[in-house]
Amino acid sequence: MKLSYFPGCSLEATAKEYDMSARAACQGLGIELVELKDWVCCGATSAHSTNHLLSVALPSRNVALAQEAGMDLAIPCSACYSRVKKADYVLRNDDELRQKIEDIVDFKYNDSVNVLSLLEVVSQLGEKAIAEKVQKPLKGLKVVCYYGCLLVRPPQVTHFDNTEHPMSLDKIVKALGAEPIQWSYKTECCGASMSITSKDVVHGMVGRIIDAAKEVEAMAIVTACPLCQSNMEMRQAKGTNLPAFYFTELIGLALGLPAAKKWLNLHLVNPNPLLQSLSLAD
Amino acid sequence: MSFIDADKRKFFNEVREKSGQPIDLCYQCQKCASGCIATGFADYYPNEIIRLVQLGQKERVLNSSSIWICSSCEMCGARCPNGINTAEVMDALKEMAIAAGTVQEKNINLFHTTFLNSARTFGRVHEASMMAIYKIKSGDLMSDMDFGMDMFKKGKMPILPHRVKARGKIKNIFNKTAH
Repeated sequence: MKLSYFPGCSLEATAKEYDMSARAACQGLGIELVELKDWVCCGATSAHSTNHLLSVALPSRNVALAQEAGMDLAIPCSACYSRVKKADYVLRNDDELRQKIEDIVDFKYNDSVNVLSLLEVVSQLGEKAIAEKVQKPLKGLKVVCYYGCLLVRPPQVTHFDNTEHPMSLDKIVKALGAEPIQWSYKTECCGASMSITSKDVVHGMVGRIIDAAKEVEAMAIVTACPLCQSNMEMRQAKGTNLPAFYFTELIGLALGLPAAKKWLNLHLVNPNPLLQSLSLAD
Repeated sequence: MSFIDADKRKFFNEVREKSGQPIDLCYQCQKCASGCIATGFADYYPNEIIRLVQLGQKERVLNSSSIWICSSCEMCGARCPNGINTAEVMDALKEMAIAAGTVQEKNINLFHTTFLNSARTFGRVHEASMMAIYKIKSGDLMSDMDFGMDMFKKGKMPILPHRVKARGKIKNIFNKTAH
């Protein structure tokens, strides 16, 4: 399987361990990712909050680049995925706006590229194929899978998994030998877009999610979004020390990739004591 | 919807048209509010915002903090029995509040402006300089310094921005979509 890969701005900086682990995990699973040449910022929350037309036009530039590359597009960041997926939805379904966007972005939409989240790409491999690659099962690691808001909503745009009770990430984690615990906060929002500007609000939002994770005795949270991951680690109550893993890091660990150690050292909440206690890290 | 007051009608119609959402269909079942994890931290629940729009309460709506504290997680829209994507309504209201000069959550809007300026300049957002500019302009200089330093030491805050090659195209997109 060969796909275009649009990492997004966070994966060049604050979420670089997601980028490194995504590339390595995919390679290990036989998925070839080719970085989209000269990709641009998706505009994120800032564009759709302040300028609707810009919020469709900016990610459409990446759709145009993916068309040129001629492969389906895999996106690890949930926010980037959401914006590109929505732009693609508009281009596909709204003739009037499509013509406007084509003029602004200077391209012709041809409906030839599927926009996929990286989680979707990996889950399409199936549990069996993933389990067969596992070298070091993540035995004893009890986690809650946190999908966040943008992978599953709006359902008519994303068409991904069950909107209220998704299971794709749970299945991947299980295939890796870990134990996914069921909980009721899988798709609640963590408020990452306000993490810098409205800390009190976000402490409240993250607090509820962390409390729910602790209630079911999870040792860690598994995410598929750079904003969720950093927000969970930054805005949990001091002293909580509940690590948040990228799902690609867990794949790397289970596949026995030596680079995994480097990614895990970049977290704000050090996950090594937990992994060491389960003999999953040196 | 019927209105006696023409200004109230005008506001309602403007929000409906700008958001593209069938806001007249809301019958206050409050499924949106039940699932909303954000606006409980602000002044109105999402169903209250929709009701206020139905009643043409322009000033109350455009001055509310809820339209900004809404994190666009879209739980409300996914559960609405009447097909109203309330997050799209909130976005339309934010744009209208900016135009009317009634932004209640100034730092959130400042963050958006700073973020988009970075994207416009480089084609991608450069997190380190974007954060520094936001911190200076908002006056919130000291918070999160510990996280910032930790990330910097771990090489997660590259000093130099990546500049995309097609910056001319990006500037064009910004110029052609400007209000």
